[in-house]
Amino acid sequence: MSRAATSEKFAENARRALADTALQGALGFVETNFPARRRAVVEALPEFDALRDSARDIKAHTLAHLDLYLEAYEARVRASGGQVHFAPTAADANRIVLDICRAAGARTVTKGKSMVSEEIGVNEHLAAHGIVPVETDLGEYIIQIRDELPSHIIMPAVHLDRRQIADDFRRVHVGLPADRDLGTAAALLTEARTTLREKFLAADVGITGANFLIAETGSSVIVTNEGNGDLTATLPRVHIVLASIEKLVPTLDDMAQLLRVLARSATAQEMSVYTTIFTGPRRPDDPDGPEQYHVVIVDNGRSAMLAGEFRDMLRCIRCGACMNHCPVYHAVGGHAYGFVYPGPMGAVLTPSLLGVERAGSLPDASTFCGRCEAVCPVRIPLPRLMRFWRDRAFSRGLGSTVSRAGLAAWGVLAKRPWLYRAVTGAVMRLLARLGRSRGRFSTLPLAGGFTATRDLAAPQGATFQAQWRRRAAGDPAAAHRPAPAAKATALRTVPSGNPHGRASEPTVAEPVRAEPETRP
Amino acid sequence: MTARDQMFGSIRRALGVSGEEASRRKIVTDRLADHPQGVIPERGRLPPAARVELLMRKIEAAAGSVVRLPTAADVPAAIADYLRGQNLPLALRRGADARLAALPWEREPALAVAVGASRGDDLAGVSHADAAVAETGTLVLRSGPENPTTLNFLPDHHLVVVGADTVAGDLETALGMLRAPRGAGEPAGLPRAVHLITGPSRTADIEQTLILGAHGPRRLHVLVVGEPSV
Repeated sequence: MSRAATSEKFAENARRALADTALQGALGFVETNFPARRRAVVEALPEFDALRDSARDIKAHTLAHLDLYLEAYEARVRASGGQVHFAPTAADANRIVLDICRAAGARTVTKGKSMVSEEIGVNEHLAAHGIVPVETDLGEYIIQIRDELPSHIIMPAVHLDRRQIADDFRRVHVGLPADRDLGTAAALLTEARTTLREKFLAADVGITGANFLIAETGSSVIVTNEGNGDLTATLPRVHIVLASIEKLVPTLDDMAQLLRVLARSATAQEMSVYTTIFTGPRRPDDPDGPEQYHVVIVDNGRSAMLAGEFRDMLRCIRCGACMNHCPVYHAVGGHAYGFVYPGPMGAVLTPSLLGVERAGSLPDASTFCGRCEAVCPVRIPLPRLMRFWRDRAFSRGLGSTVSRAGLAAWGVLAKRPWLYRAVTGAVMRLLARLGRSRGRFSTLPLAGGFTATRDLAAPQGATFQAQWRRRAAGDPAAAHRPAPAAKATALRTVPSGNPHGRASEPTVAEPVRAEPETRP
Repeated sequence: MTARDQMFGSIRRALGVSGEEASRRKIVTDRLADHPQGVIPERGRLPPAARVELLMRKIEAAAGSVVRLPTAADVPAAIADYLRGQNLPLALRRGADARLAALPWEREPALAVAVGASRGDDLAGVSHADAAVAETGTLVLRSGPENPTTLNFLPDHHLVVVGADTVAGDLETALGMLRAPRGAGEPAGLPRAVHLITGPSRTADIEQTLILGAHGPRRLHVLVVGEPSV
């Protein structure tokens, strides 16, 4: 494996993932495990949806005043004895981190789990300059020794089974008895804990990310379950916090609101085990803690997102609920997305970071079923943002000639309702007649991609719109067909009955999207 | 132009603001000063006795263990009981916390109590929490010589004493207690680290199998002391 970005090869990556039986086993467990556990913990808190509104509003408010909150935050970090560094680009951030490490005479650096550090590739940068970075989150440690990208933002090694991990441990943990038992997850954890405990105690610098930066107090906050982030931030002489600009929140109370939706959405916990609020370096009387506390504020393309429709994406708190509920992620896993951010949030964020030219096929990898938006704790309209990227890719002339011609033809139809009705009506009637005997098609011209892996059900003779009109007109025959009506409710991403225009949680099995998709 | 100017410049250009708008400045200053509360779950608004019961239930739900003690004087015996029950040597490390220092440790002469930060060779450590949050079973600990951060993470068994009268119903109330000025001679503001701890360390990074004791303690044992304030 390698850590190079391969987002431009999504289709190829996805095909490989679908054929990988070990991966498919791991993904099946994501699909069954996470959504059920999240639902249970959400149902135990009646205020959950009100908290999602609150969380969305806090992030939207902070982004609208980001310059001022950032100023307030910076002043308070300095007042507490910490240092703030500004990194407009990934290269700037890497240079700043390396300079701090060099000034500290660092040889090894321990790391807490940080997605922005994966994004900017700080490990590679340090290693290239003779400093050894050691990931200490168990999942991050595993993918580091395998030289892979994380396949999930919360569970980086979710694509692996314990036999694969045992093989890696035997390969890198040299000097341990070759016949030791690594057959269980507990045995693997014990070995990693022992190995990493030595690294914690030996490290010169600790690097963590931040789930939140608090303007009120000048604090950085990490949320973890293992305790590795706290050891990383406590034992070395220097603590570096890497955080992107959108991690800011105004106050401790705002953090409390976000914490309630974060743990429930990420790991189905009511509260993660360790939420730690760091403010500055070791105080004069402190017996432990770092002597230096640095915060590196990373932009790397985010300020540009503030200007347009993608500002909503900056509300993301990196919980991973969208990928846990995504049928495409369940099918192909995280590595197919070819960058550190997979799933629906990655399909929106990655084109901002790598460019739509390289990552334009990620927002195409969606059925627009709407589950990601339905579970998002900060109510990011992920399908709508993916649609914006599709629009941009089309207007920039990206994509194959065939798909562009198809989209252009579709555009002609979709913009002319009378033509759309005439053509779809004729096609439905034709297909209904052709499919009457078997009720389904195993091959169809122009639909080979669909029928290669499953049959297409034959239409019943009229389009949805035609049936709906007949039903509205009081046709008793149409009223006896419940299926279209049920579909009508399930198909809407934004139910018109909802005054807030928000997607509600789906209560039905995943609908097959059959609505006309206007693209662009 | 410095990197700082560059970043503020691009943020302000994207937002279409100058940063000089008095109305925006007032909105931000007011919010930072007033820290308005958001949605507080109903379960965080229980009366004092029910709060303590909820705290204990939630600690157990987070895979911690918990006992209720009538007075602080009962703590040394309860700790010795716990260590014996876990087949551990009767040895313990604590910080300089005055509430812990004042306990009648002499009643457990076999219990060896060391004082100071941990260097990683202690099996058990005890801290005193400053508050707890009933809604999630969360303990609030401040770093410093009283309760060094290393005691929360390096020993295999972390014992935490918390006063029943410091149990808040909801997280915002507990955080507000941090914000309040402390006693005479205590510096204002937050300590280097505030630890919100909910159960023992854990991971599910291998095949999503939950295992306790990832890098931090394998066990968290809480001793709730005294009566809740009315």
